[in-house]
This record gives sequence, structure tokens and C-alpha cells, in this order.
Amino acid sequence: MAGRAIARSNMRAGKRFMSTAGWWSHVTPAPRDPILGVTEAFLADTHPSKVNVGVGAYRNDKGKPVVLQCVREAERRIAGSKFMEYLPMGGSVKFTEFAIRLAYGDEADVLNDKRVASVQTLSGTGACRLFADFQKRFKPESLVYIPIPTCHHNIWRDARVESRLFRYYDPATKGLDFSGLMEDVKNAPSGSFFLLHACAHNPTGVDPSEEQWKEISQLFKEKGHFPLFDMAYQGFASGDTEKDGQAIRIFMNDGHQIACGQSFAKNMGLYGQRVGCLSVICSTPQESVAVKSQLQQIARPMYSNPPLHGAEIVSTILSDPELKDLWHKEVKEMADRIISMREALRFNLEKLGSKLNWQHVTDQIGMFCYSGLTEEQVDRLTREFHVYLTRNGRISMAGVTTGNVEYLANAVHEVSK
Amino acid sequence: MMEEGRKGRYTSSERRLQALVQHLSPSGSSLAGVVQMEVTASGPVGSVFEHVEQAPEDPILGVTVAYNKDPSPIKVNLGVGAYRTEEGKPVILNVVRKAEERLLADRSRYKEYLPITGLADFNKLSAKLIFGKESPALLEKRVATAQCLSGTGSLRVGAEFLAKHYFQRLVFLPAPTWGNHHKIFSNGGLTVKTYRYYDPRTRGLDYQGMVEDIRAAPSGSLILLHACAHNPTGVDPTPEQWEGLRQLIRNKRHLPFFDSAYQGFASGSLDLDALAVRSFVADGGELLVAQSFAKNMGLYGERVGSLSIVCKKEAIATHVESQLKLVIRPMYSNPPIHGASIVATILGDSELYAEWTIELKAMANRIISMRHQLHSAIQARGTPGDWTHILKQIGMFSFTGLNREQVAFMTKEYHIYMTSDGRISMAGLSSKTVPHLADAIHAAVTGLSFSRQ
Repeated sequence: MAGRAIARSNMRAGKRFMSTAGWWSHVTPAPRDPILGVTEAFLADTHPSKVNVGVGAYRNDKGKPVVLQCVREAERRIAGSKFMEYLPMGGSVKFTEFAIRLAYGDEADVLNDKRVASVQTLSGTGACRLFADFQKRFKPESLVYIPIPTCHHNIWRDARVESRLFRYYDPATKGLDFSGLMEDVKNAPSGSFFLLHACAHNPTGVDPSEEQWKEISQLFKEKGHFPLFDMAYQGFASGDTEKDGQAIRIFMNDGHQIACGQSFAKNMGLYGQRVGCLSVICSTPQESVAVKSQLQQIARPMYSNPPLHGAEIVSTILSDPELKDLWHKEVKEMADRIISMREALRFNLEKLGSKLNWQHVTDQIGMFCYSGLTEEQVDRLTREFHVYLTRNGRISMAGVTTGNVEYLANAVHEVSK
Repeated sequence: MMEEGRKGRYTSSERRLQALVQHLSPSGSSLAGVVQMEVTASGPVGSVFEHVEQAPEDPILGVTVAYNKDPSPIKVNLGVGAYRTEEGKPVILNVVRKAEERLLADRSRYKEYLPITGLADFNKLSAKLIFGKESPALLEKRVATAQCLSGTGSLRVGAEFLAKHYFQRLVFLPAPTWGNHHKIFSNGGLTVKTYRYYDPRTRGLDYQGMVEDIRAAPSGSLILLHACAHNPTGVDPTPEQWEGLRQLIRNKRHLPFFDSAYQGFASGSLDLDALAVRSFVADGGELLVAQSFAKNMGLYGERVGSLSIVCKKEAIATHVESQLKLVIRPMYSNPPIHGASIVATILGDSELYAEWTIELKAMANRIISMRHQLHSAIQARGTPGDWTHILKQIGMFSFTGLNREQVAFMTKEYHIYMTSDGRISMAGLSSKTVPHLADAIHAAVTGLSFSRQ
């Protein structure tokens, strides 16, 4: 009797297993990505005056995406290439050599001494993830400190590295909370890893001044902290690649052995090509070879080797003096347009008689403006004025044009007065 | 002097310096600070990564490195699995060229970010290719597909998704399997085990062993299956054996994960090479499949692939897709656009598609003819042993059955480059080099003791 009951129960259990539900009925829907979800909603809106100041991709003054001329020319040159085979695990050597020259400066000692380990990565995200996995493997007890706010949490979480936050943005001034930052750096256990945005902090647009960077660098030395720079906007922030790399140069010249993740998504408009570079300054050439080999070991079971096309575009541009000049000109144009839109937005808000202080709009730098608007105000902007931005109040200045800046200013004024 | 200071044992001059510093500096900063500042002015003190050891060379890619170093004019590279023509040259397919030209000429195209799960057109077409366009799973919209970085990326995203959402941590890989599989799954958070697969005595499938091991696996285990053209052995189950495996896997409620890297490349027929996968869809069950377009479209370096998860219901597939995004976003945000655009252009255009199937068949046929030529050449030399496995095995690779000693001999004396497990890439052979390889095998087999593996 008992045996038959057990058998029946097993069969029922088996049937449940093989039921119509299958293996995945317990999988809940993931929340929408907050940033990419904004563009989805924008596209679905049919209102004629709708404005997309959500995702961070550059737009020209007509609100259209742009393919840089230097990129078109590079693509033309590489079309019909005979090579489509696998890149090495560390990516295109030619590409990484040019990328690190851009990041550290052509004449940097660390480059002449050949002690920079560098690998091609899947844009900036890929560079951070590769470093996070490397940090987990070789410094398993270490912590990573990420600024408040930023968008990197999930990367280190998936790499299973414990993260802490450090103060960065001051909502009262809409600028840098420098004393809070220094305090948190000082209080962090010695030898902590810190994620720093090299320029044009995303999402706030707030960067330390040159003096502040120098002080931060000194404090890092005292504490023996490890600086990891995320540089996604070199050239795009001020229009000058040297100036935008100043934080990195300050740290490098102070002797820090930094790591740097570079992205060519924005400054070359190569977004979908996923082109980036991770570099680590080491003590000796031998150490840089060892570090590179270990970074490759992490890349191999993740994607084997990085994609070819985008790296070829970048190499072609950076290795040709004319194309490189053209690129510098084009990236300056993009940066200048954004700076002029900042000025226009602020001007219009002040002209409308807003009682609020909008100085941060022009003080902040790069693609994003942390407006200071609340979530409720953002929701009103979207509902009533069809203006799309992320709920943290981040405005992508790249989406602002001479055609929509007045409308935008008016909408912001209406919800904030 | 400074060196010893760094190790914590101060010299007498450093102690004097330290005393002086304490007098001069109000905060009484220690010598360590002084030493550090001195040294960092001229170079770094120490690195947090000093302990990092050099990683071993990848065994497969290492073969090509060694080949490149060899100055011999008669060297042959049968190492890495990239297709070569009769002239030993890499190939860019005509359809790929045409697709690229179209993309280049289309000035309205932008390079913006793809969605996290990639190019929608590519995903639809890629799924149709493996499942068949009339597949009930597709018609019922219960397949979640994400564009990923070729086969490796698709497997890794699948592994991480499973580690998060699937109740079983065990994944069973065939013995042997592609060298990268193990780390993909273990780094992705799963526990790797193996099932018997290759039988060195027959140089064929150890079907009995495979069945036993899969039966013994705990219910619900993940089973990695090579959809066709097993890498590295070239040994595939027969259709009857696939049916037996399917029944066993379904009875044990295991979850199959297919690695499809050679669809169309194995037999020359896209449909034939997808039969195993389709039979597992036809029974209404769930499965995962990682597809690569590296070999069958020659797009190696552009990293084009996709992961498809076949679910019971449409609503579930939607949830699964949303969760795949959470795995992908913190890994690389969204996949590269170029290669996927090429594939979508080809698969979406009936003329280009037809041309592609012809080019694909030509590549597969060349490999099959190399197998025949090699087999004949070995027979002609009267090399002892049964070499029919060269004809029976399928796809780019052949497990010759040669042992490490024999392989080393062939490399040293005949400049034949291959992996030490005896695997040769048939794609690297040509009519010109077949005789040389046959000579080398003959010498290795007759000159050294023929040891059974």
C-alpha cells in the first residue's frame, strides 16, 4: 500500500516537473534598465514637441545622430580588408598602443619604459568588468569604492567584489562635495580600490579642479589606495584630449600605478562597435607582461577575443596624422556645441525669471547636467511636456539643440518654479 | 641603501636621516614617507600586483605561435580551427564582402548602441536558422534570443543566467571537449563534470559510456552537447544515437545546452546539421543553444553569435529575456554591431542567403575531400592501423589517435603543427600538403612504437 502511494507521489512530482510550466516559471521579469528604458518610452511617444534628453549619445544641432567624417574615411579605407580572423585575446596590439598613447601622452615615461599592460576591451563597460574580475582574482580581500552617484555598481557586484560608496556630488551646491570625498578617502582602509571618473563625471558632470585632483592624489599616496580611472569622455569634455587627461597625468606623475578604462563610444561616435581599452601601469616590463597575460585569461572564457571592426577604425584614425587632426577637430566641435547648449539653457532659464540658481548648468562639464530636479518634477516634465530624461534629473545635453532649448527651458521652469 | 629601507631594515645612514627628518618636519613624518617620496620621483615603489604570475600560454593558440616561429618552407599549420583555401589562405566569403559593401554604402546607418540583447533582426534570423522557420517554438514565440559575442560569449551569458536562475549547479561536458568550455562554465558560476564521449579504441563514440554517465547524473543536470562536428574529435552521434540520448535526457529531466559552432560547415547542409537541436525542440521540451557565425560565415574576429533559450510559454520567454539583460549589462552593456549587421543582411536577403549556402557547401566539401585524400594517402603508404575514422569523423577537426610522442616527432622532423592531443584541423590541409602529412604520420606510426591510447 505504502509503496504504491510513494510511487504515485513520485509520479505526481515527476509530472509537476514535466508540467506545462517548465524550468523557468519562477523567473520574474527584470526591472527595465533605467537609462535605456527612457529612450524606449520616448520612441513610443507621438507628441510633436517631444524632446529626448535621456540616453547619452551625441546628437547634432538637428537632433540627429552623427557619424564622424574621420570614421567614415577610416571605414572606407579598411573596407575590402583581407583580414577577418580572430584577434589575439588581448585584442589588436596596434589599437592598444595608440589608445594608451592617447591616455597617458605620447612621451609618457611609463610608455617608454614599456611597463603598461594593455588589452582591448568591450568599450568602457568591458574594461571595468575585466578589471573587476582581475581585482577579485588577485586582490580578493580588497574593496572597491565607487562615487555617489555613478552607474558602476552592477559591474563589481557581478564580479563579486564588495563595494562601498564615497561621497562625491553635493546636492546643496550641485557641485563637488570635496571635503566629504577627502574624508571618505581618508577613512577607507589602506589599499582600497577607488573608481574615479577621469573627466566629465557621469551622471553629474561635476569634476574636481586641477588643484583638487592634486590633493586627492596626495591623499591616495598616503593611504596607499589604488586609483582606477574610467575615462569615457577624453576630448569630449573640454574639446582638448590633453586637458581631459589631466587627472590621469597628475596621478601618473605622482608615481601612482593606476589602471585606466578607456571608451571610444562617445569621443569617436563608435557606440555600437564596442571599442575600449584597459591599461594597468606596472612596476616593470615583466610584470606588465604577466598582468596582461592574466587579463587575457579572464577575457578568454568571457568572449575569447574582442571584435575587430571598431578597433581597426580607431587604429586607422590614430595612426594617420591627417585623420587624427580631423578627429581632434570633430571632437572639439561636439564638445563646443554641448558647451554652447549649456550656456543657452542657463541663459533661457534666467531669462524666464527662474528664482533658482542655474549656475551648475554651465559649471558642470561633458554630456550630462545634473539638474537638481526631483523625481516628481521629472515625471511632470515627461507627462506634461513630453521631455524624456532619467528620474535622477540627469539631462543629456547632447539632446539639446537650438531648436528645442527654449522649449526645454520653459518646461524645466514650469515644473520647478 | 634605499633597497634595504624598503624591506624594513634601515641602514645606519637611513637612521641618521630619519632622526634629521623628525627634527625638520613639524608632523614628524617617518622615514618611510621620505623614502617613498624619493623613490616615486624616479619610479614606483611597489605594485599591488607584484605577485601576479604569468599565465600559461593558451595551448591551441600556442601552436600557431610556434608555427610562425618555424623558418622551414615545408611547415604545415594544422592547429587552430580557422578555414583555409586550397592555397592555404584565409577566406572572406563573397556574400560577406557584398553585405559589407551594402552597409558601407548606406549613409543613413549609424553606429549607435544596440539594445542590450542586440540587433533584433539578427536575433530573429539566427533563431530561424537553427530552429527552422516553421519551428513551433518560434511560431509560439517562446524563444528568448540574445545576440552575444560569438559562441564563447553565448555560452558564458547562458552559464551566468543558469547560475542565477537554475536550481542545478552541475554541468556535464563531454570528455574531451573544446579547451575553453571548462572555464566558461566555471567562471560563469557552475560546477563542471564530464561524461564519457570519445572512445580511443574505436576513435569513435563511446555511446554506452555516454549513456551510463548521463543516466547517473543527478536529475536536472545541465548537459552540454555539441550540435554537430564535435570539437576536437569530429565524432558525432548517429541519428539513432541522438534519439536515444534525447529520450534519456528527457526522462532524467536534464536540461540540454547545445553548442552550435558549425551549422552548415559539417555536412554542408544547414538543416542536416541542425537535426539534433530540432529534435529536442520537437518534443516540446526546453533547452539552450549557443550559436556561432565565426566559421560558417568566416566572421571570426567580428564575434557574432547568439544565445537562444527555448521555454514552455511565451510569457516565460519574455521574463527570461529580461533577466538575460541583467547578466549582459554589467559584462559589456550591449554587443558589437558590425558582424551582426553583416549576418542579418545575408540571412535576410534570399539571393545572398542562397549564395551563402553555396559557399558554405564548397567549404564543407573541400574538407570532406581532404579527409578522403588523407585516408587514401595513408592507405597508399601501407601505414598500419585502421584509419577509417578519418572518413567517419566530421567537421573541421579530426582526432587522429596519434599520441603526444608521435605528435612531437611530427613537429620536430616534419614541421607539422598540431595540438598534442592528436587533433588536426582538416581545414588547414590542402592537396599539396596531404602527401607530406601522410608521410609524417607514416613515419611517426612505424618509426615509434604504436601505442594504443
